Amino acid sequence: MTQDIYVIIEHLRGQVSDISYIMLAAARELAQSTSGKVVAVLLGYNAKGLAKDFATDQVLYLDHAALADFTSDAYQKVLSDLIGREQPRAALFGNTSIGSDVASVLSMRLGLPLVSSCRNFTKDGKFVSQICGGKIMAEGDLPAPTALITIVPGGYQPDQGRSAESPSITEAGVPALDALRVTLSKYIEPEVADVDISKEPLLIAVGRGIQNKDNIELAEALAQAIGGVVCGSRPVIDQGWLAISRLVGKSGKSVKPRIYFALGISGAPEHVEAITGSDTIIAVNTDPVAPIFNVARYGIEADMFELVEVLTEQVKAAKG
Amino acid sequence: MNIVVLTKLVPDLVEELAIDASGAALDLAFARWIINEFDDHALEQGILLKERGGGTVIVVAPDLDGADDVLFTAAAKGADRLIKIKGDFIAANNHALARTLTAIIKELQADLVLTGVQAHNDLDGSVGPMLAECLQLPYVGYVSGVSINDGKSAIRKEYPGGLLAEMEVTLPAVLGIQAAEQPPRYVAVSKVRQAMKDFHIEEQDASDLDPGGAPEVGRMFQPEAASHAEMLTGEPAEVAEKLVNLFKELGVL
Ligand SMILES: Cc1cc2nc3c(=O)[nH]c(=O)nc-3n(C[C@H](O)[C@H](O)[C@H](O)COP(=O)(O)OP(=O)(O)OC[C@H]3O[C@@H](n4cnc5c(N)ncnc54)[C@H](O)[C@@H]3O)c2cc1C
Ligand SMILES: Nc1ncnc2c1ncn2[C@@H]1O[C@H](COP(=O)(O)O)[C@@H](O)[C@H]1O
Repeated sequence: MTQDIYVIIEHLRGQVSDISYIMLAAARELAQSTSGKVVAVLLGYNAKGLAKDFATDQVLYLDHAALADFTSDAYQKVLSDLIGREQPRAALFGNTSIGSDVASVLSMRLGLPLVSSCRNFTKDGKFVSQICGGKIMAEGDLPAPTALITIVPGGYQPDQGRSAESPSITEAGVPALDALRVTLSKYIEPEVADVDISKEPLLIAVGRGIQNKDNIELAEALAQAIGGVVCGSRPVIDQGWLAISRLVGKSGKSVKPRIYFALGISGAPEHVEAITGSDTIIAVNTDPVAPIFNVARYGIEADMFELVEVLTEQVKAAKG
Repeated sequence: MNIVVLTKLVPDLVEELAIDASGAALDLAFARWIINEFDDHALEQGILLKERGGGTVIVVAPDLDGADDVLFTAAAKGADRLIKIKGDFIAANNHALARTLTAIIKELQADLVLTGVQAHNDLDGSVGPMLAECLQLPYVGYVSGVSINDGKSAIRKEYPGGLLAEMEVTLPAVLGIQAAEQPPRYVAVSKVRQAMKDFHIEEQDASDLDPGGAPEVGRMFQPEAASHAEMLTGEPAEVAEKLVNLFKELGVL
């Protein structure tokens, strides 16, 4: 049993994900209240070099050919062994495609408590989780003995988890990894798209409030008038109303336009994390307490169907 | 091939959310319960698999307001068996749910269990991976495509930026579905009505709901925005004019 805070590092095809640095920053805050060390836990194959810029007191590196790429089964085996043996005060995972496949399983396997969607820790070491699409925060004491925690972005900047000095690395033992039930076959690259929304300066973004495929035309007309490109939230893409290359958010692209004009988007955390690099966010929503208004510079509480056509006409007139 | 689809009812976020008198939980007395949107995708994926390779689709829902509707709608779309679990689910956490579902899923002899990838009100992880562990089965989440060949499943798992990983998962397995291979099908109300006549909802009692493993919440609150948007008000034409001026100021017009 230690007071250390473990950070389960996430990396994909040779690149450490931003969430790993965010977690290192979160762990630093938490370690101050437990008086423990921050320990980065890196699983990989010939991947020690990935740790070179981690802001951490120590790196535990676990090396095995079966850890070259993430698979849930192998990570679960290695981490249940390590965490069960070392009993840190907490272990942080990303609330991501990687961390979410592991943390809940370990909670059951090791009989340890689990907190999900934690955004930040308070000075006295309480967790603060963000739920209900960003509308509610839940705060509580760090559960004992070892708290498994999944972290969402928003509370810390990746740069806070980076360091110019390389940390010291210790190798740790890996249990037998045979009879794995999940194996990677291959990666499939995203299709090359007609436009790259991450590079567009003016985005007209539509959410579920657009109601149906036909209404996309309203946004297209505005985009055309003003010289922008249409993109959307996950439900719009999942309904097949826009191509997946136009998806903004956690599972799509991060964008940084000069103007992000959001129509009928509630502002769920999975969407917001990818738009905070925008210069100016303008949001139109019928719900006065939609979380999008907490990140937008300008807001309009209105029915988009009453506004968009009028706006398109006025933009055309202004352009002459 | 038994394909079990688990559905969850969650409070509709379009409605106003209130915190109860304890200050540490949502006040759900007046909540409007809707199906977790990812469950629509899990069901669609289940029905697609049945259409391609045969099998039985069994849909499970907790007994909350709206459960019958969810189940009959699933039947109208192509599900074969409907099961409602009776128990006090309003306050049940995901650890308790996973333990309760374990016995039920075991009995159904599932080859594949499909859940929604997550739900917006989770505070103690997700039911899918915890259930998988209780059943000693493999789990993969963030899945947006499944095919079955020779007693194995080939799945597509989503990573950020549109990258996919194709993975092989031995069966039986539990998968957390992010999106089906095609948009969830639409079904006419008349077909749901017909399903109400043709289908019978089986009921099962939830075993003890053991909440161990979830954190205790001391306080819930609505987030205070560091900064709130400056609101532009007026009739649509006035607002449009303000926006045009703003676009000019920002140098895009
Ligand atoms: C693992 C995971 C990954 C995810 N990845 C992404 C992602 O990459 N990108 C993403 O966007 N989401 C993602 N999500 C989904 C995310 O949680 C939200 O469900 C989603 O962002 C909601 O989209 P929305 O705002 O369009 O819809 P909703 O939340 O349904 O909001 C619709 C909004 O429209 C407003 N509205 C309705 N009618 C009108 C009208 N006439 N005029 C004006 N406003 C109106 C409503 O008030 C509401 O605020 C992910 C979720 C998970 C679990
Ligand atoms: N009470 C429940 N009954 C049946 N399935 C559930 C229940 N709770 C969660 N699930 C399943 O687990 C998925 C993810 O929800 P959650 O575990 O809350 O993240 C849901 O989409 C359902 O598929």
